[in-house]
Amino acid sequence: MMNPLSLVVIGGSAGSLEVLLQMLPGLDVPLAVAIIIVLHRKSYADSVLIDLFSSRTRLLVKEVEEKDLLQPGTIYLAPPDYHLLLESNGSLSLDYSEKINFSRPSIDVTFSSAARLYGPRLLAILLSGANADGVLGLHHVHKMGGMVAVQDPNSAEVRYMPQQAVEQGGVDKILQVKEIAPFINKFAAVTR
Amino acid sequence: MNAVKEEEIGVLLNDMLECYGYDFTDYSLASMQRRINRLFSMDRFPSFAEFRYRVRNDPAYIQHFVEEITVNVTEMFRDPSFYLALRKQVLPMLATYPFIRIWHAGCSTGEEVYSMAILLQEANLLHKSVIYATDINTAVLEKARKGIFPIANMQQYSQNYIASGGQHDFSAYYSAKYDYAKFNESLCRKVIFAPHNLVTDGSFNEFQLIICRNVLIYFNKDLQDKVLKLFSESLEQLGYLGLGSKETLKFTAEVHKFRQIDKREKIWRKVSI
Repeated sequence: MMNPLSLVVIGGSAGSLEVLLQMLPGLDVPLAVAIIIVLHRKSYADSVLIDLFSSRTRLLVKEVEEKDLLQPGTIYLAPPDYHLLLESNGSLSLDYSEKINFSRPSIDVTFSSAARLYGPRLLAILLSGANADGVLGLHHVHKMGGMVAVQDPNSAEVRYMPQQAVEQGGVDKILQVKEIAPFINKFAAVTR
Repeated sequence: MNAVKEEEIGVLLNDMLECYGYDFTDYSLASMQRRINRLFSMDRFPSFAEFRYRVRNDPAYIQHFVEEITVNVTEMFRDPSFYLALRKQVLPMLATYPFIRIWHAGCSTGEEVYSMAILLQEANLLHKSVIYATDINTAVLEKARKGIFPIANMQQYSQNYIASGGQHDFSAYYSAKYDYAKFNESLCRKVIFAPHNLVTDGSFNEFQLIICRNVLIYFNKDLQDKVLKLFSESLEQLGYLGLGSKETLKFTAEVHKFRQIDKREKIWRKVSI
């Protein structure tokens, strides 16, 4: 069963925070999709990031608590040190199992979980980063009919992660930083 | 990516219940599906039918199955501020009791049990305490009982210990041998390790403190409510309940019986029966 809501999942590692801060003000308010952001980051000072993101958009930004229900127009940030999974009833689950790609949260875990449930109603975007986490997840998104986009490796602060995705293939769109928000807005408009 | 499909997960979980009495049917599906698929590829089953056959017909495999589908990742003094709050706000209250009973439910390999024992020792309370450390998984309990953890983790644990308000030399609590650290046996002289299944087993005592961290995240809402009721019934009036950093009593049937002692920490006190 596919969830009726459309979803955007964004994964990023080194060099992606600045991209998100530039992207957030460009998002439509209200927005017809939910957005999940999975970042590799340190365990501490989580609320700082929520405050920082909230200062750049009027959309609700919240750190995921387990069993949160996905709502359109809300930005969900994966908490540090947990994998973030999606349930078929539209709720979110946290999982403290082994790190994947030396990462927890792992972008692959969330991308793959979303791909399975959202199929073509999913847009996955992989940003700047120094490891290959997220690349396999993008492959699953592509296989399930979702839209796959990456930050242009040439403009990424650390090109490795988006570059790996491009080399793997299946990328529908390569985005400059300033194109990311309009691309999400358009996705929200056409899949609603 | 998902060799074992959602419907097949349901079939397996029913088999587990029917053949062995292990009830995983109210676990969160997303995590369960990930764990079962991981096991399926790890053990190289050629098909779901063969996987199922093994589960139904090989009781020896079940031990391994339970070990692998439950998550047993933990660390000492995980979320140091939680332990700081225990030191500052909970232990002084527990100290007023002549005898302290603590239940650590879902203790896994025991890292947090040893953390608790260290806290009690430093508060000079260990001699009058008993910790019941339980888990569904007997293999992890065996590890917990031994108190032997990889030496490579000790630097992180030592940092956590200090951040939790620890003022002693952390390395005095263990002896290092090759790649492992063995924790002093005196720490677990007051610990009883025993199997307990939160889904099917009932209350077995009254406690002043129950710790259950990062277990409820694997349960669905109904099972969470059921387990929280069990905890509530197993707590003395004014007893404490400590959960994982992303778990909450909010939106549960038991919430009205509890008051959170500090907005930032996941510790609640039972204020009504």
